[in-house]
Formats: sequence, structure tokens, C-alpha cells
Amino acid sequence: MALPPTRKRVLPGFGLSLGITLGYLGLVVLLPLAALVLRAAGLSAGDWWALLSSPRVLSAFRVSFGMALIAGLINAVVGLMVAWVLVRYRFPGRRLLDGLVDLPFALPTAVAGIALTALYAPNGWLGQYLEPHGIKIAFAPLGVLVAMIFVGFPFVVRTLQPVLESFEGEIEEAAESLGATRLQTFGRVILPWLLPTLLTGFALALARAIGEYGSVIFIAGNLPFVSEIAPLLIVMKLEEYNYAGAAAIGVVMLTASFALLFTINALQRWSRRWSAT
Amino acid sequence: MNAIAAHASPVVRPRRRTGLRWLLIGTSVAFLLLFLVLPLAAVFVEAARKGAGLYLAAITEPDAIEAIKLTLLVAAIAVPLNLVFGVAAAWAVTRHEFPGKTALTALIDLPFSVSPVVSGLIYVLLFGAQGLLGPWLAEHGIRIIFAVPGLVLATVFITLPFVARELIPLMQTQGSDEEEAALVLGASGWQMFRKVTLPNIRWALLYGVLLCNARAMGEFGAVSVVSGHIRGLTNTMPLHIEILYNEYDYVGAFAVASLLALLALVTLAVKRFVEWRYGDELGHGAARH
Repeated sequence: MALPPTRKRVLPGFGLSLGITLGYLGLVVLLPLAALVLRAAGLSAGDWWALLSSPRVLSAFRVSFGMALIAGLINAVVGLMVAWVLVRYRFPGRRLLDGLVDLPFALPTAVAGIALTALYAPNGWLGQYLEPHGIKIAFAPLGVLVAMIFVGFPFVVRTLQPVLESFEGEIEEAAESLGATRLQTFGRVILPWLLPTLLTGFALALARAIGEYGSVIFIAGNLPFVSEIAPLLIVMKLEEYNYAGAAAIGVVMLTASFALLFTINALQRWSRRWSAT
Repeated sequence: MNAIAAHASPVVRPRRRTGLRWLLIGTSVAFLLLFLVLPLAAVFVEAARKGAGLYLAAITEPDAIEAIKLTLLVAAIAVPLNLVFGVAAAWAVTRHEFPGKTALTALIDLPFSVSPVVSGLIYVLLFGAQGLLGPWLAEHGIRIIFAVPGLVLATVFITLPFVARELIPLMQTQGSDEEEAALVLGASGWQMFRKVTLPNIRWALLYGVLLCNARAMGEFGAVSVVSGHIRGLTNTMPLHIEILYNEYDYVGAFAVASLLALLALVTLAVKRFVEWRYGDELGHGAARH
């Protein structure tokens, strides 16, 4: 097939399809993003400091980023276990559970929010048993965590599954036949091999949890300095027509998104190279 | 999939594993039941708590009907737009070479990693009363924010990647040999697209549209920012749920929520069916949103 490289251009529709793509992206994505950047560029360093240094804003960032990090770590551990179980073991109900893993992707966040609140509120399905033991989940920081675990959960499982499926049992068998214990096999053979993929899943879950709004605001109680998240502050600033304040928080969140998107792309390239060897 | 079961050969999987295996299965199943099944069950049980009469009343009252209609309208505009965009973007990216392709592909994915609230915010900053184009729009009497066009735009932004993301990996794997053959045999561009490309990508297209639609109907954060929550005018179903919930009308909130939960379940079921029946025509592998 030693055809000249001009062969690619044979297919029609280049101008039309690229035109639609660029025009659409320009109008829907780039133009509104430019509005945010322009608004932010109009702020002086002093403005930035004034808008972002208030204790309430800092506390909201701490809740959003901190809880998202914990939720991401929990999802990485539990997600690895669930992906392993779904790929490696056969048991009744496996297919159904496998299908349900996608539920947080499909269930609208507002629905998830009120459902989780119904479970974990002090008089809720589970809350009524937890409350007497002093465990408060809804209307407390733990509620933020529960909602973030829920929305981020499928990312780790769905990222790991295809890689685990392609994992050759022979590698494990070789390690074991060479005398490695189960723990050694897992820690030295399987985990390093899965690491780039696991990190990708973690980063995806983290990105989702940082920006999460719908499911969190119902269960969090939104107490300032305690369980108030950064996206909620944007909404409140907009309701006060404080566009500059909203834009400043928005730029910080968008920067975090870009950084994570960049990291995820790099991780995916790494894991593709890694698993190809 | 079946190849994995074969790996569990009795020689290297001695009995000592059984205990750990059931522990892992048990913990995983318990987690999935607690974190996924229980919330889903809660939606339906709470909706039915006060009986069928109140349930039906909650989903047929005028504000609920308006919310359902608006949700359907927004999805009916946003999904086809993103369908056309997805096909065009996939065609441009997988069938042609041009500089900046990697950046373009990353840009298509961007809405997935932006907070829904930020997605709404950027439209308010562009079209809102004090926004970049706000004064011009006000002069011409055009309302976008706190009106239906804003809801549509925010939804379009949020659901933009779904179709393109399904099509790009698939069309990359399929290559363009069949399309080139069709052209050599004298087909016009559109004939080639209709008779070769479209049949090859139809299941991935359906899959993408399905996910796009589920998200379009369920989106909350972005829509909430641009809506202004005007009852009967700019309230979609998720926003209606919020209002009812904040008014302590739990049965009403869960009744409307149960409709969206049902949509989610149907989406998952059809998605599973397409994966199971036409999995090889989806070109899957990586994680899906």
C-alpha cells in the first residue's frame, strides 16, 4: 500500500465538516470562555486578592478541593476492588451490578442529591441509625463526601475494566511460579502495571467531584465555612449580580479543570504506551 | 470477556484463594448495593410513599407538565444540534489531516471537565444583563439569560462531547477504505456518506445520542445558573424538583425525580443492549461518560 500521502485528501467534505466543527466550537465553547477570560482580565491584582482572599471563599475552595481529593482516593481504592471483582470473578447478579455501575453517569444530579439526602438525613433511611451514634452525614461535610463518591465512582471502574480484561493471567502465574506471594504479586506486578490507568480514573473522578454541584447542594446543608462548596458561591455571587466575584472563582475552577484535563491526557498517553508493551 | 474465565485455570488458582475471593465479592456487592441501588430505590419508594393518587397528582399538576414540556423542548433542540456537530467533527478529525487536530480534539472534550456551574457562568458573563453582549441584546429586546435560549445554550455546551466522543475512536479504527471504494465506484459524496459511513456508525451514533439525551434532560447545575427559576417558564424538570424539595413537598419532588430516574434506567438498559448486541460495532475500550 505504498500510495502517496495525498491519498487522504480524496475524501470529500473537508471544508464543510471542519467549517461546522470550528464554527460550532467557536460559538458554543470559545466565545463564552472568552467572555470569562475578558471579565477576569479586567480585574487588577488588588481586585483578585479582595475577591478570593475572603475567609468564606477560601473555606469553600478547601471544602471543594479537599473533599474531592478524599472522594477520589476512596473511589480509587473501592473502584479498583469493584473493577477487579467484576472482571475476574463470576457470581450471580454480576452482569446486573456491572450495568448499574453507570448509574451515577445516567442519573441526573438533582435526583441523586435528593435520594442521598433521603437516605442520610437525620430521620432518613440510614441516618436514623447513624445519628444516635453521633455520625452526622447529611447537612455536614461528610454529606459532601458521600455525594462526591457517588458521582465519581464509575470513572475509576470504567477506566480500569478494559485494561484488567486485557491483563494476561500468565504474568501473574509467572510471578507466582517464581515464588512470589500473593501480596508480592499484587504489589510488584499487578499494581505497577495498572498504575497509569488507576491514576487516570482517579483524575477523572477528581475533576468531576471538584466541579460537582447538583448532588452536593441538597445533602451538604451548605453551611458557610463548614459544608459550602465553591460552585455554590459562584451561584450566590451571580444572584447578587456580583459578576466580578463569580468570574474570579470561576477562573480558579476553570484553571483547575484545564490542569486536570492536561494531566488526564498525559496519563492516557502514558497508560496506552505502558499497556502496549 | 470469556477469555478471562479461562485464565482461572485450576492449576494456578488453588483453593486458598476462595476466602479472599468471597470477601472481595462480598465487599464490592455491599458497596454497590449501599451506594448505587439504595439511592435508586429511595427515589421510587419516597415517590410512592403517600399513594398513587398523590403521585399522579404531583406529575400532572400544571407546573410539572410545563417543566416536562420544557425539558423535552430543550433536549429536542440540543441533541440534534450536537448530533450534527458530532458527525461533522468526527468526519473532519478521522478522515482528514490538518494542523491543530490534537488541540481540536481536546477542545471537544473540554465541557466534560468544566464544572456545570462554570458552564452556566460563562453564558451569563456573555449574555447576562451586565455581560459582554448584554447591553446590545437589551437594546434589541433579545432575552437569552433567564429565558429558553439560555437553557438550550447551556445544555448544548454540557452535552457537546457525547456524540463526537463515541464516533471518533470508532471511525479511527474503521479507516476510510470502504468510503474510498465507494467513491472509486462512482458514488457522490452524499451517497457515500448515506450508504457507507452512516450504516457503519449507526450503533455508535445511537449510543452517543442516548447518553447525550439523558444528560440533556437531567442537567441541573448549568441550567440552574442561566434559568432564573421562573415557574412555568424557565423551569426544567431538575429545577422543578429543586423548587418542590425546598418547599418541603417531598412527594412531589420525588415523583418528578422518579420520571428522570426511569429515564436513566431505560437509558442504561438500551445502552447495555447496544453494547451486548452490537459491541463490535461500537469500537469501545476506554472509559465512557
